[in-house]
Amino acid sequence: MMDALFFYLFATLVLGGAILTVTRRNAVHSAISLIVSLIGVAGLYLLQQAEFLFAVQIVLYVGGIMVLFLFVIMLVNLDQAAKQRRFNRQWWIALLCVTAVGVEIAYFVRKGASAFSMARPPVAAVANAGGNTEQIADVLFRQYLLPFEIASVLLLVAVVGSVVMAKKRI
Amino acid sequence: MSGPPLAWYLILSAVLFALGVAGFLFRKSIITIFMSIELMLNAVNLSFVAFSYQLKQVNGHVFAFFVMVVAAAEAAVGLAIIVTVFKNRETLNVDEVDSMKY
Repeated sequence: MMDALFFYLFATLVLGGAILTVTRRNAVHSAISLIVSLIGVAGLYLLQQAEFLFAVQIVLYVGGIMVLFLFVIMLVNLDQAAKQRRFNRQWWIALLCVTAVGVEIAYFVRKGASAFSMARPPVAAVANAGGNTEQIADVLFRQYLLPFEIASVLLLVAVVGSVVMAKKRI
Repeated sequence: MSGPPLAWYLILSAVLFALGVAGFLFRKSIITIFMSIELMLNAVNLSFVAFSYQLKQVNGHVFAFFVMVVAAAEAAVGLAIIVTVFKNRETLNVDEVDSMKY
């Protein structure tokens, strides 16, 4: 009962923030709404016992990426952009795509929970000893070591790439 | 299994993804389009974690973690591109930024 209450609370945050993000004219307002939405997603992670991802979501998204967004919004001058039309010219194609996604969702909602039937989980694969972070570290460094290293190389490439782009002369 | 059923999370995730698609296709400012991409990535992460919770495994958490890493890299490079585009053309309207040469 309590869980359902929290689910509705966080879902309201997520969807309200997302709707405001998409519809606000001012880019700073959009960014603030997106922060609200991301915090709602973090709450849903906590509701599903993903404590590690909860912390990463707050630190990385809200603390890192969104601050970067706000920096860039303030670096570029959007005053004249705010006066123009908000939506672009291909709105009817966009409407078509969004309607298709909506129909898909409505179909699954109508079919109800049976649409999401799943095989029984094999067995509790990971022993419940230790916390969520310990389990993730275990899986990350045993099964997913190579993707982890590739991700670190990707981050290095991103750092070098953004420095190269931002500097006028190397 | 206590807590809300899997379907609730999946429906929420689908609606969030649809909102991201709508923002991506409808808006004109590059920055707002970027924020819509973040919304879509979060929707996918949400369904990863929901399945992971349902199956009592943490593999989904690891995948969501990788998605976050890629999102961080993408945001850094993308925002650098936005700043460069704005320096060269003084507009962030996607209808006007339609050729790679200037």
